[in-house]
Amino acid sequence: MPIWVYIVASIIKSALVLFVLLTAVAYTVWLERKVVGHMQNRWGPTRVGPFGLLQPAADGIKFLFKEDLTPPHVYKPLYIAAPLIAVVFALTSIAVIPFGNSITLFGYAFPLQITDVNIGLLIILGVTSVGVYGVALAGWSSNNKYSLLGGLRASAQMVSYEIALGLSLVGVLILSGSFSLREIVNAQAGHFWGFIPRWNIFVQPVAFFCYLMAAYAETNRIPFDLPEAETELVAGYHTEYSAMKFAMFFMAEYANMITVACLATLIFLGGWHGPIFGPPILQALLPVFWFCVKIFAFLFLYIWVRGTLPRFRYDQLMAFGWKFLLPLAIANLIATAIAVVW
Amino acid sequence: MVPLSYYLVLSGILFACGVLGFLIKRNIITIFMSIELMLNGVNLSFVAFAAHWHALAGQVFVFFVMVVAAAEAAVGLAIIISVYRTRETLNIDQVNLLKL
Amino acid sequence: MLSVHLILFLVFGAVAVAGAVNLLVQTHPINSALSLIAVMAALAGEYLLLGAEFVAAVQVIVYAGAIMVLFVFVIMLLNAGVEEHTKGSRVAILLGVPGMLAGTLLVAWVDLKYSGTQPVPVGALPGAPRTIGLLLFHEFLLPFEITSILILIAIMGAVVLASKPTAAGGPAKKVHD
Repeated sequence: MPIWVYIVASIIKSALVLFVLLTAVAYTVWLERKVVGHMQNRWGPTRVGPFGLLQPAADGIKFLFKEDLTPPHVYKPLYIAAPLIAVVFALTSIAVIPFGNSITLFGYAFPLQITDVNIGLLIILGVTSVGVYGVALAGWSSNNKYSLLGGLRASAQMVSYEIALGLSLVGVLILSGSFSLREIVNAQAGHFWGFIPRWNIFVQPVAFFCYLMAAYAETNRIPFDLPEAETELVAGYHTEYSAMKFAMFFMAEYANMITVACLATLIFLGGWHGPIFGPPILQALLPVFWFCVKIFAFLFLYIWVRGTLPRFRYDQLMAFGWKFLLPLAIANLIATAIAVVW
Repeated sequence: MVPLSYYLVLSGILFACGVLGFLIKRNIITIFMSIELMLNGVNLSFVAFAAHWHALAGQVFVFFVMVVAAAEAAVGLAIIISVYRTRETLNIDQVNLLKL
Repeated sequence: MLSVHLILFLVFGAVAVAGAVNLLVQTHPINSALSLIAVMAALAGEYLLLGAEFVAAVQVIVYAGAIMVLFVFVIMLLNAGVEEHTKGSRVAILLGVPGMLAGTLLVAWVDLKYSGTQPVPVGALPGAPRTIGLLLFHEFLLPFEITSILILIAIMGAVVLASKPTAAGGPAKKVHD
């Protein structure tokens, strides 16, 4: 297609995906509050709009109008840059995630992905690695011992579990033979024995377990949310932040959750593959619907675990990551390699 | 189109900045970072030559340089922590006696 | 001729050089560390222009995302303050800056004058992970295994060197005031 069509399409896709992602972040917060509330035998937000659906809007307005206080003792440049780093890198990964097959409009086929890079998975891993800086610099620039400890613990935890995250994905890479996310999903088409879909979760269950645990630790969620433990570290690395900057950390955490859920869907749950039926317009949109259903299921699992489990202590957390999860991921890798060679 | 020499000049500038940092700076950690800057300059040179001569071995060598840089960073920073614990300074001009 | 390739090369190159110079100019190590991260990101862009996609990704993941995190940790832990100028550093600046400048200009002049103008096109040598992996595990297997042993030794060394001295003497003594 001509270059100007490509550029216009990319801009429209980026704007649309960004808008949808930010709305999804806001409503993931709503979903979490409702689900955790119901698990704890209470209603979540119910007052603001039907079923509390306007609660995220109310929260957004509150964050905008709160006083954005910059304490005098902080290291200003990094204090302001840290939430920006966190939120920018949390939102960047969505650029390589495919949501479905192509849509044909005006004679051109537009793939439902902002850009298909043939090292897409490595880019997501790289962006996650650099996202650690937001947390570390926030902790240090706050010039506050609780923030520093929280920030160092959080970044040490994220760096440790990145390794298990990467290694758990290598088993899937061996099976699909490419780093491109679209290729990985296309390798999961079809069925075993006619009715079990050829999803990687059935072929690599151990890898899915490692990925799930590493994902909980990467996004600092229960049971690995010690960096934000209110009873121990005040509020960890975002103690000194208020209003909009705090909202950015909050958004970054939920955007990371959504990115991790998208990645799990693409790699383990078969991406956008699902029953396709109906007229052509429905056939073009059903893959996106199945993708969203799988992400919703994964996020529900995340929130369910949050409502259920207590949190790990820091040394238990690090021991789990280095002494159990990493050898398990390596063993899975070796077993997969042997199985493929045979 | 970008000639090969442009890449090499850029690599040389980065390497020179690394050497300059190594000579000028007095904080041990900054000196160490200048070493990393030198290694990065050299990596760019390797990749540029690999593209010029169509030899993929250049890119593989960059991989090895990164691995060596990682190992060196780990051990070097451990040494720096150890030096800081005993002498309580990070100024390299004050780390000038073998025995305290 | 002003192609997009040349513009991108100059943009990434300018960011890299600016980061390198900022590393020299800044007094607080944390600013130097952040400038170095900017240099590494710009270099990852340069690698992509040369077609080395796997190397660019590894540069971001390993160098900017792990090694520099280690540097930033140590700077935060040791609470390194602003560094002061000593007599030795003044001499080094006086002699070193003009010397290095002259040396770099000489090398750049010789390079630009005597090397050919044959261009390196965009993505000249596609470094796909598969081809690099094949090369790494067939021809470069021995260096690969040696570097893995090197990393093991580095891990052991770092753990031993950075561990706190034990109560029964241990490897380090506190300096006496």
